[in-house]
Amino acid sequence: MAKNVWVFCEQRDGELQSVAIELLGVARELADKVNEKVVALLLGDGVSAKANDLVAYGADEVRVVDHANLKHFVTEYYAQAVTQLVKANDPNVVLFGATSIGRDLAPRLSARLHTGLTADCTKLEMDEAGNLFMTRPAFGGNLFATIICPEHRPQMSTVRPGVMKKPEFDGARKGDIIQETINWDDSKAVVKVVEEVKETKNVEKIEDAKILVSCGRGVKDVAPAFDVAKKVKGTVSSSRSLVDSGIIEHARQVGQTGKTVRPQAYLAFGISGAIQHLAGMEESEYIVAVNTDVNAPIFKVANLGIVADANAVLKQLDKIL
Amino acid sequence: MKIIVCIKQVPNTTEIKIDPVKNTLIRDGVPSIINPDDKTAIEVALQLKEKHGAEVVVLTMGPMQAEKALREALAMGADEAYLLSDRAFAGSDTLATSTIIAAAVKKLGADLVLCGRQAIDGDTAQVGPQIAEHLGIPQITYAAAVDYDAEREVLVVKRQFEDRYQTLEAKGLCLVTVLSTLGTPRYMNVWDMVAQDEKEIGIITFADLDLDKANIGLSGSPTKVKSTATKQFDKTIETVELDPEGAARAIVDALKARHLI
Ligand SMILES: Cc1cc2nc3c(=O)[nH]c(=O)nc-3n(C[C@H](O)[C@H](O)[C@H](O)COP(=O)(O)OP(=O)(O)OC[C@H]3O[C@@H](n4cnc5c(N)ncnc54)[C@H](O)[C@@H]3O)c2cc1C
Repeated sequence: MAKNVWVFCEQRDGELQSVAIELLGVARELADKVNEKVVALLLGDGVSAKANDLVAYGADEVRVVDHANLKHFVTEYYAQAVTQLVKANDPNVVLFGATSIGRDLAPRLSARLHTGLTADCTKLEMDEAGNLFMTRPAFGGNLFATIICPEHRPQMSTVRPGVMKKPEFDGARKGDIIQETINWDDSKAVVKVVEEVKETKNVEKIEDAKILVSCGRGVKDVAPAFDVAKKVKGTVSSSRSLVDSGIIEHARQVGQTGKTVRPQAYLAFGISGAIQHLAGMEESEYIVAVNTDVNAPIFKVANLGIVADANAVLKQLDKIL
Repeated sequence: MKIIVCIKQVPNTTEIKIDPVKNTLIRDGVPSIINPDDKTAIEVALQLKEKHGAEVVVLTMGPMQAEKALREALAMGADEAYLLSDRAFAGSDTLATSTIIAAAVKKLGADLVLCGRQAIDGDTAQVGPQIAEHLGIPQITYAAAVDYDAEREVLVVKRQFEDRYQTLEAKGLCLVTVLSTLGTPRYMNVWDMVAQDEKEIGIITFADLDLDKANIGLSGSPTKVKSTATKQFDKTIETVELDPEGAARAIVDALKARHLI
């Protein structure tokens, strides 16, 4: 019978991606529900040393494929490795980060393994029988649908970065690290990587910020927001409207088509709180909303709601900080 | 070169409303459009056609109304259009959908298959890679640039990631999913729309394809929708009206109380 919760632990240049750690957290909860193991898959070239970290974040077992074929992300090689491991071990669940890698690999695997895949889940739950309930936004975030995959295994889903909480690092945890070998079929890997170029953008990462000073269409001038962010050691983020109008770069956008954030404080200035925006920030520890409209939906998720002119408040904050 | 472009007709999600009682979509009056990423895929195909000569075939699965999307693609310059429509296809999830589309691609024959990266109504980005796997051909997703090197007969694709890009080369039949940021779809005028009226749209049904009913439609879909819900928010807070000074002070106090500043 299919057993255990697997996590495809994405790494880039040997660095574990935060979404991999976040997935180990939710995998732990799911596995504990049915007393099964969390198994981390670590694929790459020269990545074995990272296996201990995956144990510390909650894996009971790490299956490592360390091979030159996996140096760059190449769909076919990654698909071959995961397929062989899945077929040999029959996991009940396999989770992937909903990144440009996970969203390429997971559907390929779902067709190869002939099983279901649910994209961009925001909630995962399991019943005693090991059935996974996968909740995701549908129709532009206006609805939430809970999806099941009753008759096929493994049950697979992708989860976007930032949606699940990162588990604690516990260096004392023990787990098994297993080196795997794959029978590669080079004849299938016909796409050649000519070059891979890292794009170092100078944008601060909003998903790592402790405090976000977030601006919406109600903010007429974003300069004071940047000053305030600097003073509180935070970062500026925004709603989509300022991104669409070219005032703020897309990397700072919060929401369903931007990033999911959970800072310790999210300060929303002149943001109405459309459902697609809320989807990206409602899990923040503490939410402050400043809006002139007392009926703005953002107030429904705020811990501190202030009816005031956002521009004047930002200027005043800049002054007193 | 024969290029098949797989497109989807989607409701314009910016105008979607939900029936708060029944939790269903109110489709009445919501305009349907060609999914934006798919429209760019059509544009890519037409540019390859202009540069290297190609036959551009558009393919969609959907109800008969999806013919409108195909007509628009023909007006843009596509040569042929096919609609996959059959009651046996209804209720298909992404895997079942990809099974059907792959069978149609196989029947029509192609040298290159293009899809949009994802559709705005489902946002899954799954059908493209799944079609590729069913056909046993390579996939390149998240394409930010697509070119064909006629001399070496290779497709050259810039594959975008969050923090990097790859330049990839593929020889032979493959499937590429493109980002709408790759290019702006061409504008079509009334004359294009009138001119395409002459063209016929091919209808492909279950009977035309080599398909097993066990793998398609609602019953052939591994995933099922168990329930749907609208979002509920449980926080109840008081909203306070403050002057700018008072507001700034309240925010600073709140951050201090949480030891954040
Ligand atoms: C498929 C889809 C995906 C989407 N993805 C995202 C996403 O990822 N992120 C996102 O943010 N949006 C997204 N959107 C768009 C979303 O629906 C909203 O349109 C958008 O979030 C609105 O941005 P806003 O709140 O800045 O602007 P508005 O909705 O225009 O709100 C402006 C607010 O500012 C207030 N205001 C005006 N003047 C002042 C003032 N002087 N002081 C204080 N307040 C003032 C107004 O009362 C209003 O509440 C998506 C939409 C769709 C259909």
